[in-house]
Amino acid sequence: MVTEATTQTAAMAADKRKEFTRSMIQMAGMVPVLVVICILFALLTPNFLTQNNMVNVVRQASINIVLAAGMTFVILTGGIDLAVGSVLGFTAVIAVVVSLIPGLDWAAVPAALLAGALVGVLTGMTVAYIGLPPFIVTLGTYTAIRGAAYLAAGGTTVINSKIGFAWIGNGYVGPVPWLVIIALLTVAISAFILHSTVLGVHVYAVGGNPQAARLTGIPVPFVLIFVYGVSGLLSGLGGVMSASRLYSAQGQLGIGYELDAIAAVILGGTSFSGGIGTVFGTLIGALIIAVLNNGLTLMNVSFYWQLVIKGAVIVLAVMLDKLRTRGQAM
Amino acid sequence: MSTSTKAGLSDDRPILEVRGITKSFPGVRALKNVDLRIWAGEVHALMGENGAGKSTLMKILAGAYRPDSGAILLDGNPVQFRTPHEARLAGIGIIYQELTVAPNLTVSGNVFLGSELSRLGVIKDTAEMDRRTQGVLDRLGARFRPNQRAARLAVAEQQQVEIARALFYKSRVLVMDEPTAALSDRETDRLFEVVRHLRSEGLAIIYISHRMAEVYELADRLSVLRDGEYVGELKRAEFSAAKVIEMMVGRRLEDFYEHTKRAAGRVVLEVKDMSDGERVKNASFQLRQGEVLGLAGLVGAGRTELARLIFGADKHKSGEIYLNGERLQINQPKDAIRAGIGYVPEDRKLQGVFLQMSSGENITMNILGSCSAWGVLNFKKLNDRANAEVKAMRVRTASLKSRAGGLSGGNQQKLLLARWLEINPKVLLLDEPTRGVDVGAKAEIYALIQQLVDKGTAVLFISSELPEIVGVCDRVLVMREGEITGEVGGETGIEITQQNIMQLATDVSRSGPTHGN
Repeated sequence: MVTEATTQTAAMAADKRKEFTRSMIQMAGMVPVLVVICILFALLTPNFLTQNNMVNVVRQASINIVLAAGMTFVILTGGIDLAVGSVLGFTAVIAVVVSLIPGLDWAAVPAALLAGALVGVLTGMTVAYIGLPPFIVTLGTYTAIRGAAYLAAGGTTVINSKIGFAWIGNGYVGPVPWLVIIALLTVAISAFILHSTVLGVHVYAVGGNPQAARLTGIPVPFVLIFVYGVSGLLSGLGGVMSASRLYSAQGQLGIGYELDAIAAVILGGTSFSGGIGTVFGTLIGALIIAVLNNGLTLMNVSFYWQLVIKGAVIVLAVMLDKLRTRGQAM
Repeated sequence: MSTSTKAGLSDDRPILEVRGITKSFPGVRALKNVDLRIWAGEVHALMGENGAGKSTLMKILAGAYRPDSGAILLDGNPVQFRTPHEARLAGIGIIYQELTVAPNLTVSGNVFLGSELSRLGVIKDTAEMDRRTQGVLDRLGARFRPNQRAARLAVAEQQQVEIARALFYKSRVLVMDEPTAALSDRETDRLFEVVRHLRSEGLAIIYISHRMAEVYELADRLSVLRDGEYVGELKRAEFSAAKVIEMMVGRRLEDFYEHTKRAAGRVVLEVKDMSDGERVKNASFQLRQGEVLGLAGLVGAGRTELARLIFGADKHKSGEIYLNGERLQINQPKDAIRAGIGYVPEDRKLQGVFLQMSSGENITMNILGSCSAWGVLNFKKLNDRANAEVKAMRVRTASLKSRAGGLSGGNQQKLLLARWLEINPKVLLLDEPTRGVDVGAKAEIYALIQQLVDKGTAVLFISSELPEIVGVCDRVLVMREGEITGEVGGETGIEITQQNIMQLATDVSRSGPTHGN
């Protein structure tokens, strides 16, 4: 008995070490891929590794980071939000339109955020209470909200060259653009909610095993409404960021953004079936996409080839991840 | 290497030999230096508790996992399977516990799945496939036709389809994982005939089972694994329950059911006229403090449904629930939990454990609220509570961070029980708490129920295993077709025995003696 106990402890210790390396690998995730791509570009073009360009890359990524952070919440519950690009366009138009109303310009940002959150909450309620598949519900909002964006903009581009919140899109704190600060803050707050709060644990639980979640007394509908609400709110934030950067908005703003957001989440190692993933991973995923866009442009690769390469890298990177984590499926 | 009892069909050399196989996963040491020798023409039972490594070994034989080290010899030649297909082609057929029949294909479509016959390389040659499938079905004595859709077949018949598929690949070794788990008694007898027939044809059959009776009836030899290690093998002449259990558990089993008669206290839970309009009809009963109340009955009698109604997992049509004399309004599980009622569901993986989450998170899932301030978790508190449970329940996990999905069934069940213990429930509804759990963990779970009851928790114990009901319960309600049809033990004066329970559960008086089991 005694010897058995000691060998068992030894085995446990070995397991513990393995567990540690496994969690480190999981944490590191796609970081090596990002580093390799950066090194490649640094070698291939002289302008890539400059402070200016680095700031540029992250600023270009900032809106996608914000959208993808919201998307992470949704995908963690096993859902999907196809509407984030439409909501971004819609809320950007709202922000500009409200900013043009004399005496109400202060309400531009709150109105956009509120509109985004509202769309998300309604989506969440449809998913939670009526039980429709998220793909279908958000396919609906994707289309309808896009229409609403065109309607709100009156079919043209709404412009406000003296937009009150221009600092968001164009201001700096030292050398760092506000857009970057907002994006990183979004990631930090999201990570805090997911990792360190009751609600965060509930998000993972609902995604991992919805039946067990309900039988454990977790308010599943509330959790679903929350995640879609977050996604909507952050899409609204994305709308504000866009409107501020451009001093304008139009109906087709944000078309296709949902796909970049989903790609960032997947690159970041979040499982499409829910329950596994981190916002930090999503951040890395979004940066990979941004670095590719930036580096390929610097190398004068045509836009068409950029798309081909981007698509291939996404699939390859996820494949690599699969190979690396194989055997840990247990 | 001695000649085996029934291995008359081959010489001294085993048809399949496993030498020093080792395989580990993060958080689990699955197999350590395991040996196994199987001869042609024998049924070789592979036994061991859950988590002993049987499934891992099987998956290695099937080519689904690759071992870290060690060798597999087929007819004395070392082989390496990189895919399940290679293993199949080499002659190792696997019948998994969870059947893998494609429901929308025909029987012959299933048998030929992945290697369909065709004319001119394009057009499926259905007629020829049906003809050849019929040949195999005849060998098995199957009563269905090759062109039937698999979805229409009973579970036992689907299993025959899988066996047919294995035979089609000229399997010489057939591995069967708990093949009778989902079968009725008659179907089981039928399966045994098939197994015996295949043995007489010279196949080697590795038969994985928990059920001692089956192993006695079928096996020529048995091997035991424990904690991923090979313990040893017994020939048929050496079989004995005591010996096998000792090999599986690694120690003599003290009295399995440590049952002290308890004096039932006041009524804690009272259920009146509970109905769901379908599977549960007007169920009324009282559960007293300090007692274990059994809920017995055949599968489909409405036991699980009743527990789910009480817990609020399903909606009740009518009925009232009182806890300590107070009427409860239970519309969802949250209400029941708030009142102090816990429920360990029947299907651990689907309804209980969060497989992708850590052991610690699984334990503390119900106390997040009390271990947090303004919704922010207090990790120190949570870790302390989880650690204490892991120690007290002797959960075998590498760390609190290990994923629950990597633990054995018994350890997962302990996580689930620990989760409920953390809220100090007044009433605990246990639905098949020892299903798929190894012998050692079973004994621990019984002991735990005893402790709970001593502390004043009232326990409702649902089980399909009568010996366990008899051993654990102070009083037993029997359900039949949605109604509570009788009671034994307690103040009824009727002794709690398997016969008395079965009689109430099957209603022998009404339907006559044909209902014999």
